[in-house]
Amino acid sequence: MTLFIEQCLNGLQFGLLLFLLAAGLTLVFGIMDLVNLAHGSLYMIGAYFAATFAAWTGSFVLGALLALVATLIVGMAVEVIVMRRLYGRDHLDHVLGTFGLILFFDEAVRLIWGPEGLSLPLPSWLNTAITILPGFDYSAYKFSIIVVSLVVAGFLYVLVMRTRVGMLIRAGASNREMVGALGVNIKLLYTLVFGLGAALAGLAGLMQAPILTVQIGMGENILILAFVITVIGGIGSIRGALVAALLVGFIDTLGRSYLPDFLRMMFSKEVAATAAPALSSMLIYLLMAIVLVVKPEGLFSAAGK
Amino acid sequence: MSGAFTPRNIVAALLFAALLLLPLYAHFANDRFLLTLFTRIIILAMAAVSLNLILGFGGMMSFGHAAYLGIGGYAVGILAFEGVPSGFVQWPVALAASALFALVIGALSLRTRGVYFIMITLAFAQMAYYIIAGLARYGGDDGLTIQKRSQFFAPINLTDKVQFYYLCLALLLGALYLAWRLVNSRFGLAIQGARSNDTRMRAIGFPTYRYKLVCFVIAGTLCGLAGALLANHTDFVSPAMMYWTRSGDLIIMVVLGGMGSVIGPVFGAVALLVLEETLSGITEYWQIILGPLLLLVVLFARGGIDGLLGKVRHG
Repeated sequence: MTLFIEQCLNGLQFGLLLFLLAAGLTLVFGIMDLVNLAHGSLYMIGAYFAATFAAWTGSFVLGALLALVATLIVGMAVEVIVMRRLYGRDHLDHVLGTFGLILFFDEAVRLIWGPEGLSLPLPSWLNTAITILPGFDYSAYKFSIIVVSLVVAGFLYVLVMRTRVGMLIRAGASNREMVGALGVNIKLLYTLVFGLGAALAGLAGLMQAPILTVQIGMGENILILAFVITVIGGIGSIRGALVAALLVGFIDTLGRSYLPDFLRMMFSKEVAATAAPALSSMLIYLLMAIVLVVKPEGLFSAAGK
Repeated sequence: MSGAFTPRNIVAALLFAALLLLPLYAHFANDRFLLTLFTRIIILAMAAVSLNLILGFGGMMSFGHAAYLGIGGYAVGILAFEGVPSGFVQWPVALAASALFALVIGALSLRTRGVYFIMITLAFAQMAYYIIAGLARYGGDDGLTIQKRSQFFAPINLTDKVQFYYLCLALLLGALYLAWRLVNSRFGLAIQGARSNDTRMRAIGFPTYRYKLVCFVIAGTLCGLAGALLANHTDFVSPAMMYWTRSGDLIIMVVLGGMGSVIGPVFGAVALLVLEETLSGITEYWQIILGPLLLLVVLFARGGIDGLLGKVRHG
């Protein structure tokens, strides 16, 4: 039972982390109509910055904050230099242009930090287990990821639903031309939204960094997951991204831990051992395929296109 | 009004003449690597030609085309591993498996459009990737070494590098001919009509879904053949050959060469792979040049190489 609770918490933690990544992606998707494959690179850069700044300052928290700011700046610079020129173009151009950016960022990271990965050690106060329920301990760091993600999700909700900037973001998602025609500085809004998305991706990257190693290409795998989430949730919908991210987080985590046992009940040991890893990696893609076949616009389609 | 001597035709003719004579040069210069490199380029050009059928002419932005490379390759690899070395079995199986996969995912994916289509094809390709990476019997993540290339009757021997090169080249020319016939047929015109305006095509009575699906299956089958060739070329198959970045590479070839031109993807494949080879000779960090270069092509050279060649003619 404790194992099950632990796996559920792991699923929640992974899902929330994916949400941070997918939220930025879906905002950029929904508002600028931009397919940004390089979103995973910002995730990677966030992790690299955090590892470097934490080593410089000697403080995990300070390093993380600096990394967040740095990723925000990189994101806004990328928007001004490159992305701005891609708006209004074909989706294929987006795919290709941002694919070029991935190559650039991967290689730039290799050039600056070298081909070996970095590690971001946890401070001792996070590297312990805390007792959540009587008789149930959980990693303090993973628990703090859950807390931070929930706080950020709440902040995002307030920002998008309760502030003037959020109102403009929502308006931009449903009708860009009209917002521009009403005299809103669309360029600045776009730069801000892209920077916000980059910072969220960077936050996800730096929080994941102590759990996994910081390495080149770390963004590519998780990027596909973030895309799956935005598509399941409906492009442009933050609420959809949250629901889909949690769904994917739970299904992936629980699938990996329970599918082997489940298959062993029905098939021979050999079949289960062969099929389980492949099947658990496939589960979320299967989910996406089913969602798209049943609801081709995703679960919560934001724009009424 | 320059007839057959347009810049595009001249460049294409020069390219194919060079490809025809390449083994001769490689023989005299004793440069075996060049032959290997260009065999690979020709095979990937064939994959790009197949992708162009759906991407350039059909307007279907598939982001999972590398899956067929893997399926075609693994059909050869698995049959060889199980003691069926005959190419007369391996290649038809590779084609049939790719066609079947294309039929299933095409039938589902073509219900969606736009970004959703990009993503769903990507998702299906990733599913195929994970299935194959999970086949522990056939090496899983590490891949599968092919001990013996596909066996055909007496004079044909795929282990002969020059012979294999010419076989690939002949198949590429065949693929180009097929693509050319296809896009200029009534079927091809219907597909291109559906790309420009799907609703109108349906309104005048074309069942565009079925047309597109057939096109999708033809493209997948052709790419499966390229996969079977690639497996024979490298004597090795691994899930990496169908990873999503591979699909990205194929898209780059098509767009770089020029979408919607039959010969364009061949230009693109040659340009991209020769560029990669040259840049990696200059610096270890060649992708830092290639990445921005791609971006520049997207931003400023729409229509790719083929488009540039077309422009020369107009002034």
